[in-house]
Amino acid sequence: MSGLYRIEDGPIDPGEAIGAVGGPDRGAIATFTGTARDHHGGRRVVALEYQAYAPMAEEVLRAIGAEVAERFGTPHVAILHRIGRLAIGEASVVVAVAAAHRREALAGCAYAIERLKAMAPIWKREHYEDGAAWIEGCTDAGG
Amino acid sequence: MLLFARYREAAGRAALEVDVPAGATLGQVWERVREQVPALRGEERPLLACDRAYSSADRVVSEGQEIAAFPPVSGG
Repeated sequence: MSGLYRIEDGPIDPGEAIGAVGGPDRGAIATFTGTARDHHGGRRVVALEYQAYAPMAEEVLRAIGAEVAERFGTPHVAILHRIGRLAIGEASVVVAVAAAHRREALAGCAYAIERLKAMAPIWKREHYEDGAAWIEGCTDAGG
Repeated sequence: MLLFARYREAAGRAALEVDVPAGATLGQVWERVREQVPALRGEERPLLACDRAYSSADRVVSEGQEIAAFPPVSGG
């Protein structure tokens, strides 16, 4: 049983998530990395900032890991989410799911990031050249 | 009551203390918070949490619980 669920006030490392879920009985590790994008709705974004209700968010991430275990048959899940201010291109979230076979790993990874976006008490603030705004709710299809 | 994101910014602080009678619900606590923060008056349906789990507005709160209100989430 592996599992790593953390809100981090500093850079997050996909390698740490991969290392946390891999093991000899697993033939696949699927990962997702969300990165700070330089535009939104036609507006230039110069930086991102995330705030979290960290203790609750970590509980929610742990619950998502349990859902992945139940639905896809693998308990090997790592989810790291960064908070604070990020430069464009930096990783905001990393998900890694390991399983015996690729299908479960890929499907579990996709499921976990969608659930995180819907449920985890974390908020994004976009900084523009001339101001900033909190984003509320999922505003895009795949970011 | 802990506040996050835009609610925190509107209140100018991370948490607000309000007095409610025994047996008050989360929704009633939120009403008191809205009375104190004019910028939140229009927020009739926030997300609410009790002891770090999502809760409905009709949940009765008791002494010592950690309660929170926040806008729709946007992590990822």
